[in-house]
Amino acid sequence: MSDSHEKNGATGNMSRPIPAPMVSVETKPFWDAAAEGRFLIKRCTECRKAFWYPRAMCPFCMSAETVWEESPGEGVIYTYSVMHRSPTGPYAIGYVTLNEGPAVLTNFVDVAPDGLAIGMKVRVKFQPTEGGPPAPVFAPA
Amino acid sequence: MGIKGKAYLMGAFEHPLRDAPDTSTPQLHAECARGALIDAGLTKDDVDGYFCAGDAPGFGGLSMVDYMGLKNVRHLDSTETGGSSYIVHVGHAVQAIAAGKCSVALITLAGRPRHGGRRPGAGMAPGGGGGLTDGPPEAGFENIYGGSTHNTYGMCAMRHMYEYGTTSEQLAWIKVAASHHAQWNEHAFLKDVVTVEDVVNSRMISDPLHLLDCCVVTDGGGALIVTSPEVARSLKRPKVRVLGAGEAPKTPLGGQGLDLTHSGAVWSGPRAFEEAGVTPGDIKYASIYDSFTITVLMQLEDLGFCKKGGGGKFVADGNLISGVGKLPFNTDGGGLCNNHPTNRGGITKVIEAVRQLRGEAHPKVQVANCDLAIAHGTGGSLGTRHASATVIMEREG
Repeated sequence: MSDSHEKNGATGNMSRPIPAPMVSVETKPFWDAAAEGRFLIKRCTECRKAFWYPRAMCPFCMSAETVWEESPGEGVIYTYSVMHRSPTGPYAIGYVTLNEGPAVLTNFVDVAPDGLAIGMKVRVKFQPTEGGPPAPVFAPA
Repeated sequence: MGIKGKAYLMGAFEHPLRDAPDTSTPQLHAECARGALIDAGLTKDDVDGYFCAGDAPGFGGLSMVDYMGLKNVRHLDSTETGGSSYIVHVGHAVQAIAAGKCSVALITLAGRPRHGGRRPGAGMAPGGGGGLTDGPPEAGFENIYGGSTHNTYGMCAMRHMYEYGTTSEQLAWIKVAASHHAQWNEHAFLKDVVTVEDVVNSRMISDPLHLLDCCVVTDGGGALIVTSPEVARSLKRPKVRVLGAGEAPKTPLGGQGLDLTHSGAVWSGPRAFEEAGVTPGDIKYASIYDSFTITVLMQLEDLGFCKKGGGGKFVADGNLISGVGKLPFNTDGGGLCNNHPTNRGGITKVIEAVRQLRGEAHPKVQVANCDLAIAHGTGGSLGTRHASATVIMEREG
């Protein structure tokens, strides 16, 4: 077990299985779009601010006038941390600051554990989950 | 005394839905909140007290504070007594208002038992698990990424190092200080004194936190008794008087301007100090929540013991060691060495502060003339959403 993990951690690219995300009536449009490879964020049509995570009500002005907006899913790493041991090998969690403004919690993929840096440009991609819709993860742009 | 006439019910709203197939439970809570605020002629930014019970999805009141963007909350109450909870909350809200702890209290209830609570969707996915609610509103977007305390606090440490040049060696001094105290505590889980080298050479858990940057995992518990002044006077124990208390949630609030280099202590601390009428410079002993070394460093900055970004220099060279440094902290060995019962370290922080103020700490770590102490904690995760709480106490007589 440790051999494969060390090999993965030393030189390989990180990945971890992602469990099925919880989908609610409120967030189903996001996950339906994710299944089509489209990354949606929410924007308030009253105060014009984009926000994350998606919800029906604007967290800035409490307006109910919020809309889904397709995002290119581009941004920079705000921070990250590599978990060195797990049953499936090392993996990285962190926040991406999207070009639209909001910070998104995510996993970083297609990168070695020592290949990450704050400020690095990254782009969204979708990873299959265990029995649910694909989930957004980010890779170096 | 009493609450008679001390507060008013000024807003009320009953949601029009009786069958809500298309509205999530968090959304129902938020729509009720908006309705009551509109009824009262107030906005969400006027709300500084939030009350909810077990029907509110998520971690106490934190998930709904975050969902609704309540950025000015300074009083939280998630007392759960079933269907009567909201009547209890009215009484508690009046008490809080009478005490000056908040001025606009929001109480919400919502749920959708006709639609299976947490369903539709993968109800047993992380963050799910049955029950009466739809689950935390953030769960689908956060709980799938393998977040743990180690790596979400690691993210904070990483950003703190990036912005302020904080080093692993500086963080290690916090563990070193705790270990110097724990060696005298016969009950401490870890009694060995460690060095900065021991900490930075221990294996990496989640960057940049090493094994010895992490608290212990222990069974056990604690309890406290708080009494009226009349009862206190009738008892034979030294009197520890509570001078001030502050609390504050900190959540991502929509993710704009996320700043993981500070905690809710930037709000809870000043509230407690103002009420107590003292300053950080007056404090003789500090119990500071130490789930990880970075937790201590950020909270010391946020509470005003040093300037933001200066925590690394402040904790270095034994400055937290009793009898050596300027700010003796966690003289029981803290969560880093002594005890972190059931992964909740708040109560042991108060217990050691009481020992210090009574003069009953171990003689090797007892602070001389200890007449003023602080106990401060963070619950939840510094990296996502948490609640900070500060209490300032003095020895009377």
